[in-house]
Amino acid sequence: MEVMNGESVAKELGLREEEYERILSILGRVPTPTEIAMFSVEWSEHCGYPHSRKWLELLPREGKFSPLLGEDAGGIVYDGLAVVFKMESHNHPSQVEPKQGAATGIGGIIRDILGSGARPIACLDSLHFGPREDERSLYVYRGVIEGIAFYGNCVGVPTVAGEVYLYPAFQGNCLVNVMCLGIAPREKLTQAKAQGEGNYIIYVGNKTGRDGIGGCSILASQEFGVKEEKRPSVQIGDPFTEKCLIEATLEALDTGHVIGVKDMGAAGLTCSTSEMAASGGSGVEINLDLVPLREEGMEPWEIMMSESQERMLLCVERGYEKKIIQIFHKWGLEGEIIGEVKNTGKVTIKYQGEIVADIPALELTKPPVYTPSREKPLYLDEINNFSLHSIPPPSNYEEVLLHLVSSENLSSRHPVFEQYDHMVGINTVRLPGLGTVVLRVKGKKWGIAVTTDCNPLYCYLSPREGAKMAVAEAARNLSACGARPAGVTDCLNFGNPEKPDRYWQFVEAIEGLSEACRFFGIPVVSGNVSFYNENPQGTIFPTPTIGMVGIVEEIEKAVTAGFKEDDLIVVLLGETKEELGGSEYLRVIHHREEGPPPQVDLPKEKALQELLITLVKEEILSSAIDLSEGGLALALVESSVVEENPRGVMVDLDCLGDIREDVLLFGESGGRALVSVRGESLNSLQRFAREIGIPYQVIGKTGGEKLIIKKGEKLLVSLPVEELKSCWEGSLGE
Amino acid sequence: MRFGVVVFPGSNCDYDCYYVLSQVLEVDTVFIWHGDKDLKDCDCIVLPGGFSYGDYLRAGAIARFSPVMEAVKEFAEDGGLVIGICNGFQVLTEAGILPGALLPNKGGRFICRQTYLRVENNQTPFTLLFTPGEVVKIPIAHQQGNFFIDPLYQEEIKKQIAFRYCSSQGEVDANHNPNGSWENVAGIISKEGNILGMMPHPERAAEKILGSEDGRRVFLSVIKWWEEKRWK
Repeated sequence: MEVMNGESVAKELGLREEEYERILSILGRVPTPTEIAMFSVEWSEHCGYPHSRKWLELLPREGKFSPLLGEDAGGIVYDGLAVVFKMESHNHPSQVEPKQGAATGIGGIIRDILGSGARPIACLDSLHFGPREDERSLYVYRGVIEGIAFYGNCVGVPTVAGEVYLYPAFQGNCLVNVMCLGIAPREKLTQAKAQGEGNYIIYVGNKTGRDGIGGCSILASQEFGVKEEKRPSVQIGDPFTEKCLIEATLEALDTGHVIGVKDMGAAGLTCSTSEMAASGGSGVEINLDLVPLREEGMEPWEIMMSESQERMLLCVERGYEKKIIQIFHKWGLEGEIIGEVKNTGKVTIKYQGEIVADIPALELTKPPVYTPSREKPLYLDEINNFSLHSIPPPSNYEEVLLHLVSSENLSSRHPVFEQYDHMVGINTVRLPGLGTVVLRVKGKKWGIAVTTDCNPLYCYLSPREGAKMAVAEAARNLSACGARPAGVTDCLNFGNPEKPDRYWQFVEAIEGLSEACRFFGIPVVSGNVSFYNENPQGTIFPTPTIGMVGIVEEIEKAVTAGFKEDDLIVVLLGETKEELGGSEYLRVIHHREEGPPPQVDLPKEKALQELLITLVKEEILSSAIDLSEGGLALALVESSVVEENPRGVMVDLDCLGDIREDVLLFGESGGRALVSVRGESLNSLQRFAREIGIPYQVIGKTGGEKLIIKKGEKLLVSLPVEELKSCWEGSLGE
Repeated sequence: MRFGVVVFPGSNCDYDCYYVLSQVLEVDTVFIWHGDKDLKDCDCIVLPGGFSYGDYLRAGAIARFSPVMEAVKEFAEDGGLVIGICNGFQVLTEAGILPGALLPNKGGRFICRQTYLRVENNQTPFTLLFTPGEVVKIPIAHQQGNFFIDPLYQEEIKKQIAFRYCSSQGEVDANHNPNGSWENVAGIISKEGNILGMMPHPERAAEKILGSEDGRRVFLSVIKWWEEKRWK
């Protein structure tokens, strides 16, 4: 970056030749180095979505609940309250510097929610790593969890749910998808806009340093190369400052004199100034000499590109600037007027008396759109031919079950989430580990259920079906506690979009995602796309992570997964098909990552959701758990062991028909749930299931100290639940 | 009577305590800013959990120098009631208002989970609604809760133990010690009995919907004690 001239600088910062040409025509002159820097970040994949924007238009924006679509975070409105949420990736920073990468991911997503004017009340994270036998993967795994704990616990927003999956495909490129959810009275929401000539632009929070320069354009929008020199692009997080920033910002918004607010995350000052100007339909003039700096001698382009954390930009009504600034000073934060709103339509940046950038805001926020060619990957035809006859049925089901129960992807996540404060805020009324997590809203009868979901192996085997299944699973998971799915945020993790096979995966997945959400009537209110998730060995499994939020009408009725007493009748809802492709059983026990994955039957899924919601509402269920990875066997184990006192159960699978035993136990057919009811409620359950059209089978009864699984006369499994519990809980404990 | 909840920058259980006191128990409660020395005529001061001043240097190490702590110290010396929860307990030991120190958890990690506590002493303003030896369920969430006391003072401090970590059946042993605390200590009172420090969060166990109501009795004890003035 020493010679700051024209095209070579543009290339260095990741701009293409044709993009540089477009900049020339927008400006009608040669851009300054600061302008090049600003275009490079605004038009980067991370901020501008050039490869995905066209496809994102496919996603449904309407649903049963009224949607709320904003700049940074969207949400739904229920009972006059805005529930705002968004998921975002922080994959590359976390791979390079796990602890700080994950920590600043949390910080960033919290500020996104804060920027909408909502108080952040919960975080979730969906994490994917390489297997822990790999030394680097273990280091990344530990660092990321430590980073989430370090930042999330201190900032005082509970980390309530999420996923952790380990597959070889994520070795060298982990996924750290973080989600935050906030609430606010509908009328209190703010927008990211600068409006009204003469109003002030106020910079608040931390000082600006050289950290994170090019984080979004260089780190997040390119593949990892062989030469790793990207560490300086990772930002450093300070959760204490963020906590103060949350309180101060909400206090400032409460005054009613803040016209607009935007976090300074990716692309820092560039993104916040240009997007606030563009969405306010105005211009801004900024004087960089007034920006609080952490180090001396920073160049204007460095100040504009810095991704220093814990900063926000406000547009404040003239006359109230002192009042607002005082609030931030009270919390020990910076608060400086750095510019004002102009009716120029331009982002004008001054530095030491000179104009260093002068760009039409709308042009800056209109990145190019690319839809390169795409091609079905060759591997798909080869790996989707799994035949049941090619594997022998297990001779010892107990061994298989114990192996699966303690395997990395199926065992309890308790050792991970107990490192996070998941209770602060005293809203977590259904705690993680007991089933679907439910948050209360103080003073309301209803509650909010949250989950994240995606099975990357399914998506690898079929990006379209895998994406549909991710939506279906998330919705099934929410409805199992009685919540009606209300809104989706997505975090789409894929490889290099300039490679036709990767781009094909992306388009397939987004079409599948769109189809499922549309069918269920769930709007996609916010999201994020993360491309270039590759390493020198190849690409990741395509992973369209779904964050889903649901509403439980009567929170007291929300059901958890564990068996709560003896002599409950255990019922399997839904149909078990002869499907084993893509299952953890096939992968872990038979070492085959083969498909086809389970087929998604959207009408059946929707009917199951309705049935579960109805059964919870009518207070028929004692417990409910959706079936997913590990199939019926894992659902039985979880229901037996998640309560404080594990409880035995005895089931007979004979009624499920003439299907091979390993398929019955471990197959992952969708559209199923395992529930328990008291004897007197069985009739009602059967009546509702018939009305809604969901097949059901009474398979057993709770009680005793063992998990017993039979098929007719044949005993498949008989294991003490205490043993299963310690196997299940021990694996990720290290 | 009136409760005051101190707000340090970085406190994050301040609102939870305020909510439980003012909304659930419906007692007069105010916030007290860390920069103020005026305790607003409160009868019981709550130092809430969180990461005061980011817990930089050491948990609670900076908070003890804040103006409000001068006032709290005076208040405590005059026999005023003070409850330090989690980070608040750390602040009290750092300030020398309570004895001992809270070291990093054995294992080094942050732990958030439900724990069972055995009530060791119900002759205090904070525990009079419990029965001696009663087992209660109140969650913890901390990284530095490993209570340490110099061997010289151990005998003396034993009388000041209010809560100890135990099993659901009340067994106090190493298997039910989440953080390595000396004698499974979860909470202690001052020699005079007017100050309680505890790592578990009673405000997180004050409503049925949260899975336990045991914690609310800590606050209710204070209210009852205040009303009866039976402590001297």
